[in-house]
Amino acid sequence: MIELKSPAQIAHMREAGRILVDAFRMCRDLVKPGVSTLEIDREVETLIRDRKAKPAFKGYRGFPATICASINEEVVHGIPAPRRRLREGDIIGLDLGAIVEGYYADAAVTLPVGEVTDEARRLLDVTRESLDRAIAECRPGRRLGDVSVTVQRHVEAAGFGVVRAFVGHGIGRALHEDPQVPNFGEPGRGPLLRPGMVLALEPMVTMGHWEVRVLADRWTAVTADGSLAAHFEHTVAVTEQGPDVLTADVREAA
Amino acid sequence: MGRRRRGQFPEEPSGKKPKDDAIEVEGKVVEPLPNAMFRVELDNGHRVLTHVSGKMRMHFIRILPGDRVKVELSAYDLTRGRITYRFK
Repeated sequence: MIELKSPAQIAHMREAGRILVDAFRMCRDLVKPGVSTLEIDREVETLIRDRKAKPAFKGYRGFPATICASINEEVVHGIPAPRRRLREGDIIGLDLGAIVEGYYADAAVTLPVGEVTDEARRLLDVTRESLDRAIAECRPGRRLGDVSVTVQRHVEAAGFGVVRAFVGHGIGRALHEDPQVPNFGEPGRGPLLRPGMVLALEPMVTMGHWEVRVLADRWTAVTADGSLAAHFEHTVAVTEQGPDVLTADVREAA
Repeated sequence: MGRRRRGQFPEEPSGKKPKDDAIEVEGKVVEPLPNAMFRVELDNGHRVLTHVSGKMRMHFIRILPGDRVKVELSAYDLTRGRITYRFK
């Protein structure tokens, strides 16, 4: 069942979203060659707790850390580790979640480490664009399939792959609520979007084939063909006026 | 954090695989025949003798003349096939 959120509930989620925005701003400075993913995790956890919020992922189904850090062919859910150090030319996906007053926000970006290849740059651009386009579809009267197919079309037109094994999700009083939000689909299908729905949209895009496998740590998802992967995510509320991105960096948009 | 997908989405091609060696085509039912067989005119104009797949029978999906259906053709005998889906 898709639970609609009141403006007061959405306000808590936006509060959680603001914390994530600040955490991402800090991450942009942290991400450089030599830093380990665990160091980033520690900094983010400190920031979230300083703001009287809680990390959303830590302990979720046994996930051991505050952030997911996924380097290069890792698609999502990489576990931060002291030995995973960033190198020039890597791309790193950072996925963050916070809880304020019991309400969740969830967002992700993929950042280049120093100079990356033109093709990697294009992967990041296409993935972010596909998210932006999907967000624009989040308005009353559209169906979930319209959102999904928007991602799929943009990504596949660029010659990249859309991961099937993981999907976006409703979000609110739990990290993962109904509905599932696939990044592939058909226009005009699926539940009708209504004001008060809050969705975590998260295209996961591979440079090669979309098949992924999960490593022995039971979390880290990597591309089956070893190709690079990118992941961007926002928590978006559907309102009468259209999409309201609760994890948007207001300064960045300006 | 991404959610692990549960269940199958209808638009996902990998879910219901046509049987190996079968050719999937679409057509329109033109004539009901005895023994739950149907004559189907395919989009390419060919008429084939088809039966309804067991799974569809189990779910009591009725086929009427005029319905658009998905047909699997045997690669060995292109005049016979199996109805695997009735379009709404």
